[in-house]
Amino acid sequence: MKPVIILNNVSVQYSTPEEVMGTFKEYAIQLLKRNIRFREFKALKNIDLQVDEGEILGIIGRNGAGKSTLLKVISRVLIPNEGRVRIRGIVSPLLELSAGFHPELTGRENIFLNGTLLGYSRRDIESHFQEIVDFAELDAFIDAPLRTYSSGMVARLGFSVATTWKPEILILDEILSVGDEAFQQKCKFRIKKFSDEGTTILLVTHDSHMVETLCSRAVWLDHGEVKAIGPAEEVAGMYKYSQ
Amino acid sequence: MKNDPSMKEADSFENIPFTYDSKYRKSSAIEEFLDIIKYRDLIYQLVRRDIVARYKRSFLGIAWTMLQPLGMMVVLTVVFSQLFGQVEGYAAYLLSGLIAWTFFAQTTSATLEQSVWGGTLVRRIYIPHTVFPVASVVTGMVNLVLSLVPLLLILLVTHRPITWAILFIPIPILLLTAFALGVGLLLSSLALRFPDISEMYRIIIQAWMYLTPIMYPSNIIPDAYRAWLLYFNPAYYLILMFRVPIYDGVLPSLPLSLIGAGISLLTLMIGWIYFSNQADKFAYST
Repeated sequence: MKPVIILNNVSVQYSTPEEVMGTFKEYAIQLLKRNIRFREFKALKNIDLQVDEGEILGIIGRNGAGKSTLLKVISRVLIPNEGRVRIRGIVSPLLELSAGFHPELTGRENIFLNGTLLGYSRRDIESHFQEIVDFAELDAFIDAPLRTYSSGMVARLGFSVATTWKPEILILDEILSVGDEAFQQKCKFRIKKFSDEGTTILLVTHDSHMVETLCSRAVWLDHGEVKAIGPAEEVAGMYKYSQ
Repeated sequence: MKNDPSMKEADSFENIPFTYDSKYRKSSAIEEFLDIIKYRDLIYQLVRRDIVARYKRSFLGIAWTMLQPLGMMVVLTVVFSQLFGQVEGYAAYLLSGLIAWTFFAQTTSATLEQSVWGGTLVRRIYIPHTVFPVASVVTGMVNLVLSLVPLLLILLVTHRPITWAILFIPIPILLLTAFALGVGLLLSSLALRFPDISEMYRIIIQAWMYLTPIMYPSNIIPDAYRAWLLYFNPAYYLILMFRVPIYDGVLPSLPLSLIGAGISLLTLMIGWIYFSNQADKFAYST
């Protein structure tokens, strides 16, 4: 299979000043005294990873293990300090995107705002508009301001906008808890369909059961390092055993 | 188990190009510029959101964009017309300067705030970072163009001559926009390191307004301060370029136009390059 994600020796290091320095004045004083100590925090340490086209790769690990940082590096939000990231195809992240919505605008207006935030053109969105509304089951409310929506409705709209176009590489970050049971089934069905059509999927979770049932391969991250990589059941089993 | 066993098979696909390679990136300022063209529809949506959402719940809606400078002008004219009575057509003099200044002050502050709103998004999905500052500047430009309506109204009411020179006005508007964007980008990059900048800027922008001849004529400035308040004040040239075709009804002189254009384009260039180079660090800040 064609490799679509290749990470070579990728490290990400955050450095934060040790003391909290609120003001410019403090900063200037400390700088003059050459007194600023930075605490270096390695979120990812020398990660090598390759994902092939059409794979469903599970990424498991505890909170703070570096899962989100790994996703940021792959979706080019974060440029790694060391190492090299190469991607073939467009990465579509499906994180909770309510941050890209505006409460005063209508559902219709928010579809355009959110769609363009994801990099689609206005014409793209216009031609898929009805499809987005239908999938989210919001036909009756589409011209009402978003602040009148329930949180489930907002989540449905977000999912619908983000998955209307078949992604080449899809990132799912703990997302399959959107809306009610019936809608979740719809989401899973759509993701399954993408996968059958060749979409590469990265699924981030701390639920080892989900990894076993959905993924073909899995990576276990711990303190920024790859603890294990291989067939999903094996890695999920090791992770479960360690807990 | 520790190393990925499929790593070695990559060679046979070497000829299929990558869409993204963290190692080979163009100069960030150019890359940023190309990206912004790709994301032009997003800029349109952000501008629309800013304008629509702001007035959605108000009764008069977008008319407030025109009423606001008008109200401000009435207040200031009442207060200052005794003091600056020697200025012919004070209302028109004041409003032409005030509109240009308000545009500059509002867009630069909005850029600072926008980078906060954009910040939460920019840490989740890839969006070119300049999208948010550019959107706030375009929003300001729309408001500026709308406030030309009350300005023309005042010219008519106070019997100021309206000449062909007014057709020149798009040029100073574009230069003001470029200058505001440049300053906004510089401020946002600085705010990344020093969050206090946004609070500090509120004071600076107030002081800057009073030190620039907007409410008072420039000839009342004592000679000793002229150099500082006028010649070293970039806002002075740009506001003058905007004011001359409206208030005096003539084209700005060539030296003035060249200085104005030079200041704004240079500021934009420095701001754009500095911001683009810092942009990678936005995701690292928390």
